[in-house]
Amino acid sequence: MRQLFILIQKEFTQIFRNPFLPKLIIVFPVMVMLVMPWVTTMDVRNVSVAIIDEDGSSLSRRITSDIRAAEYFTLNDEPTTHGEAMALLEDCEVDVILLIPKDFERDMTSIDPQKLDISANAVNATKGSLGSQYLVQTIGSTLSKYMSEQCMQQTSDFVVVQNRYNPTLNYRHLMIPALMIMLLILICGFLSAVNIVIEKENGTIEQINVTPVGRFTFILAKLIPFWLIGLFVVSVAMVVAWIVYDLTPIGSLGNIYLATILFILGFSGFGVAVANLSNNIQQTMFVMFFFIIIFMLLSGLLTPISSMPEWAQNFTIILPPRYYIEIMRAVYLKGTTFVELWHNFAALGIFVILFNTLAAITYKKQA
Amino acid sequence: MSDYIISVKELTKCFGDFTAVNRISFDVQRGEIFGFLGANGAGKTTAMRMLCGLSYPTSGSGTVAGWDVMREGEQIKRHIGYMSQKFSLYNDLTVWENIRLFAGIYGLSKAETEKRAAEALERLNFSSERNTLVGSLPLGWKQKLSFAVATIHRPKVVFLDEPTGGVDPITRRQFWEMIYEAADGGTTIFVTTHYMDEAEYCSRVSIMVDGEVRALDTPARLKEQFAAESMDEVFRILARGAKRGE
Amino acid sequence: MHILRDVRTMMIVLLIPVVLMILFGFAISTEVNNLNVAIVAPNRTEGVRQVVERLANNPYFTVVDYDSSIDIDKVLRSGKADAVVVFDEDYEHLIAQRAEGIDTHPAIQFIFDASNTNIAQTGAVYLQNVVSTDHSRQELLNLHLLYNPQMKSAYNFVPGIMGLIFILICAMMTSVSIVREKEMGTMEVLLVSPVRPIKIILAKMIPYFVISCINLATILLIAHYLLDVPMSGGLGGIVFISLIYLILALALGLLVSTLASSQVVALLISAMVMLLPMMMLSGMVFPLENLPTVLKPLPYIVPARWYIEAIRKMMIMGLPLSAVVKEVAILIFMTFVLMGVSLKKFKDKLE
Repeated sequence: MRQLFILIQKEFTQIFRNPFLPKLIIVFPVMVMLVMPWVTTMDVRNVSVAIIDEDGSSLSRRITSDIRAAEYFTLNDEPTTHGEAMALLEDCEVDVILLIPKDFERDMTSIDPQKLDISANAVNATKGSLGSQYLVQTIGSTLSKYMSEQCMQQTSDFVVVQNRYNPTLNYRHLMIPALMIMLLILICGFLSAVNIVIEKENGTIEQINVTPVGRFTFILAKLIPFWLIGLFVVSVAMVVAWIVYDLTPIGSLGNIYLATILFILGFSGFGVAVANLSNNIQQTMFVMFFFIIIFMLLSGLLTPISSMPEWAQNFTIILPPRYYIEIMRAVYLKGTTFVELWHNFAALGIFVILFNTLAAITYKKQA
Repeated sequence: MSDYIISVKELTKCFGDFTAVNRISFDVQRGEIFGFLGANGAGKTTAMRMLCGLSYPTSGSGTVAGWDVMREGEQIKRHIGYMSQKFSLYNDLTVWENIRLFAGIYGLSKAETEKRAAEALERLNFSSERNTLVGSLPLGWKQKLSFAVATIHRPKVVFLDEPTGGVDPITRRQFWEMIYEAADGGTTIFVTTHYMDEAEYCSRVSIMVDGEVRALDTPARLKEQFAAESMDEVFRILARGAKRGE
Repeated sequence: MHILRDVRTMMIVLLIPVVLMILFGFAISTEVNNLNVAIVAPNRTEGVRQVVERLANNPYFTVVDYDSSIDIDKVLRSGKADAVVVFDEDYEHLIAQRAEGIDTHPAIQFIFDASNTNIAQTGAVYLQNVVSTDHSRQELLNLHLLYNPQMKSAYNFVPGIMGLIFILICAMMTSVSIVREKEMGTMEVLLVSPVRPIKIILAKMIPYFVISCINLATILLIAHYLLDVPMSGGLGGIVFISLIYLILALALGLLVSTLASSQVVALLISAMVMLLPMMMLSGMVFPLENLPTVLKPLPYIVPARWYIEAIRKMMIMGLPLSAVVKEVAILIFMTFVLMGVSLKKFKDKLE
């Protein structure tokens, strides 16, 4: 026990004496949490719309001018036929095309009215689908106003939409837990791996190996500081989220910390295994970088897993952050309970055992 | 057996087809300064790693400080000190922090650590450098400190792997004085070196060639046996037949 | 050069882009193409049955539950469903009344798990289209989302991935170059040598540049043959911009190397600190138009942003090199600044 304590003391002395690490541990999370959430929104602006007005009525002109006035859209006046517009759509010049058919206004109240036609280019999925949705809303409000002016019978909404847990559809709320996880992945992953390999490169690990320090004691002493630092980083990030973005977890903090601890335990074990298998610092960093970037881009942190092709969705089963982000988002935004999330916790638990076993196996004190 | 602090019989280490150490046998007496010589690639380091519990022998037997090298590597580690050719204190810790770390690892109490650290620093004339970062010390000082740290827990035997590499003659001299002092205190010294003049300081010397111990005796008798003027010559006569290149 | 001797590291460096490119090229998408819905219908009438059938037959929806009453909150909280469609008890009656033009309260309610904003937003449109049956304004609209049947939205991410991978890998390679000499004490050798600093720097960069060029070639091959990226803007132009970008990235690593106090610090800066800004502020995933005014200038200094923009134009939109003159000019300017500063810092270190 005393050995462990002394070794941990040594790690902390080294971390705080480093001219760079303490700054990194404190400034980096704060900066990321202050800047990045502002970027993480999928709202689209400047959706380029082409309107083909075959009707030429007062209503069609009104629709056009309302779209022109809306902040999301920029009108592309170039095409005059639907074919031309489609060509521009294919060239990504235009995101959405609105076709107002002939006699749209005249036949509106008839039994078989003409339909407005909206085509969206979904190659850029976000812009296409959100852009067309904005367009539907804009046209809808124009038509409602027009109808009530015409003293036509005004039906109330047939459908109501209720958005639970995030009624303002704030994308940021979705991304803040993801950013916390990214911070944790970066700090715990890179630092714990580097911290081991640096002893290897400096030859000090050799010196430790001839002392009676057990391999578990040594690795534990290397990891405990980063577990604490990880918890600190998550806490700082949560405080920033609360102060700056007014986002606090609806569910229990206990669940968040439990998931965080499990994740850190597993992930730092992974970092140790990578360090054990690498020859030098640069190699460790490249390998960690490789895994970290996969973890970040494929775990559903930035883009939804459900959007991936099936093979990729199956692949994400082996990515620990996938389970962690599910817990974080559910607890943070929906207040989901432990019982409802137990399989995610269990998955994280399995990774803890798996990665740490790997770390222990790959650390060789004797040849 | 019990007179010997290190006792090795037919110790062998193979890496695949390559026999790095081939059936070496020798005994080291308590309080002796045992010189362990050999050209690069002769198998010195491998042999030493086995004695320190860092590497398991392929075959043969041996004891270090009464513990079996085959099975009790961890016990051996408790009772030896080790200083390697590569400088191995933490550069980003101070002199005192390094001493405290290694004293703690060997289970010395706080009071005891404090006492021994003060003694060691005094002996080295280092008292004023107590809070200096090791990284900013000159190499020779680092080596002397390294030796002090390796013996802080008063081990029965200290392994020194080319301790004076790259150090100026005056510091080397001082270093050997420290070695003598430790040996006088009853610590056995097991030292490898490149410098043949240093071999003259040893009580007994073994010379390894191609994984085997080719000669083992006091420096005086070795010179007599090979009709040589100096240890340097003895070494060259023996090394001439070496198959493994420098 | 160290890295050339270190075969294992070099293999890793050459392999990373290939694996990442294939993985991300195929897997990343922001498209919402599956929505898990739970349906609550107190009375399973003919009208309800028809709507449910339409939902079940639509490839975008997976009906995970269909019952007369469901604990809605639980279903959403546990993540089992993304949305719940609730039919009114009097659904048939309401529909009939509406057909006669009588104003009623809504017949159907959609409850979304809006914690996933993207899904809630697009899902609402899809659902309304499938569900609506009456002559409300929905009927006046026809919505076609022209999804590309061959998963072509995949290649929308290709420029972003290129921008990200190149700059980080190059920076990580060069960032240790000078600081390692410092750590090993071999800087003194350079100090006394008559070789001019610029030559030392160039000599250090060339091997890395060659490795980067191999990476570029493999990535372009994968993009074209595996991911079917059209590259209609001309291969020459794409290669030209990419080469500038590679040099810029190497220079960035060099600058890090002259500033960092140790290899570890250099690598942490070039891998860990730069990763998030390069990913988030380059327009790779998120549109940059939404940044608040205070943060607006930030992406301008992110080289990846200009590269990704240029490559997007040339690779996917098929514009010629002349359309990206601005981006190229900025990248060249940045390269010169980075080279200049690191050369100056390097000279300072030598003296």
